[in-house]
Amino acid sequence: MFRIDGRSDVPIYRQLVQQVRRDLMLGRLRPGDQLPSVKEVVDALSVNPNTVVKAFTELEHQGMIVRRQGVGTFVAAAPQLASLAVAPRLLAQLARWVERARRDGLSAEQIRMLLQVALDEPAAGEDDRHAAGGAV
Amino acid sequence: MSAALRCAGLGHRYGRHLWGLRDCDLDVPAGRVVALVGPNGSGKTTLMSMAAGLLPVTEGTVEAAGGAPAQRLDRIGFIAQDAPLWPRLRVADLLEVGRCMNRGFDGVMAAERIGRLGIRPRARISALSGGERAQVALTLVLAKRPELFLLDEPMANLDPLARREFLGSMFEACQDTGSTVLYSSHAVAELERVCDYLIVLRAGRVRLAGDIDELRSRHRVIRGPDGWPAGGGWQVISQRSMAGQTTALVRCDETRLPGPGLQDAAPAFDELVLGYLDGDAARLPEEAVA
Repeated sequence: MFRIDGRSDVPIYRQLVQQVRRDLMLGRLRPGDQLPSVKEVVDALSVNPNTVVKAFTELEHQGMIVRRQGVGTFVAAAPQLASLAVAPRLLAQLARWVERARRDGLSAEQIRMLLQVALDEPAAGEDDRHAAGGAV
Repeated sequence: MSAALRCAGLGHRYGRHLWGLRDCDLDVPAGRVVALVGPNGSGKTTLMSMAAGLLPVTEGTVEAAGGAPAQRLDRIGFIAQDAPLWPRLRVADLLEVGRCMNRGFDGVMAAERIGRLGIRPRARISALSGGERAQVALTLVLAKRPELFLLDEPMANLDPLARREFLGSMFEACQDTGSTVLYSSHAVAELERVCDYLIVLRAGRVRLAGDIDELRSRHRVIRGPDGWPAGGGWQVISQRSMAGQTTALVRCDETRLPGPGLQDAAPAFDELVLGYLDGDAARLPEEAVA
């Protein structure tokens, strides 16, 4: 369930945290599901155990997971993720948008850039839209 | 948290003039996996040899595994570069030497590990490949169950599968016994996975030391039109220019805004390390040493 991007500017422990949060948001992980043990993650990824412990500790602080001594690590009964309910609908819309972008001939890289711009600069594109007479 | 390795003003001089390491102040907490990075001749092996009690201290002090290295030899596991072992001995004999010379040596585990790796106990060390020799050396050190591992480029001779196996064994030791590992390597790309603490040496001096995530959060990579770092009092670690743009690794806290016309990002691990290896050594700020 975990992947590490070695060239990322996101620290490894944070990548692990984000991946659990993403899987929760998308419903791939559900309350009560068991997570792999620290040792399993260490073996699978050849990653330092302190890094995995740090990720699990952060997830625990965020209320995403609970650790039961001697039993294992589980997704919390009610993980605090505001977007949990709306995610499937939004994902479907986004998937349709991506499909349209692909039909327009955009590459995966161009689509990622557009998403990044939309995230970083919410006002971007407004001027272009007015210039084009409001057509989207 | 107790220190697994503590140096104060530590230095070693080779001959009359050449300092292999100087003014070294370090306080490595127990249980960390420490990356020791630096160009050839920057002092990595000198530091490890002093911590292992193999090289006399010219000035300052060093404590390893809670005391003077010479008094803590049974708590320290050292693998020198290229894992030198007696070439004429057979693997099984070498394990026996390990058992006789170390209190609490886990001979059962050592024999089991050698068997699992498919290394013949009757083989002479001289007949082993570089990778197998490295595995035998690691097995000896693991069976000793040390508090402090000092590993000088332990993976240099290992193929990718053997590297994974090696790391697995090392991490298991860390989890089981809370050992600290000091680990030197030139393979910067794989260090981020392996380590959680970083020491950068250059020209015999410590240039950077601290928890990797903390260090990353205290640096930024900023890009802008050529000449931007000149004003503004930036603490520039290293910079490069290309096509009218200057990209620099700077040391600054997260609250400082880079200003108009500048783009900033958190440094990737290799950007941080290479920045300190690359930067103008003479100008590096001493406060960078955490």
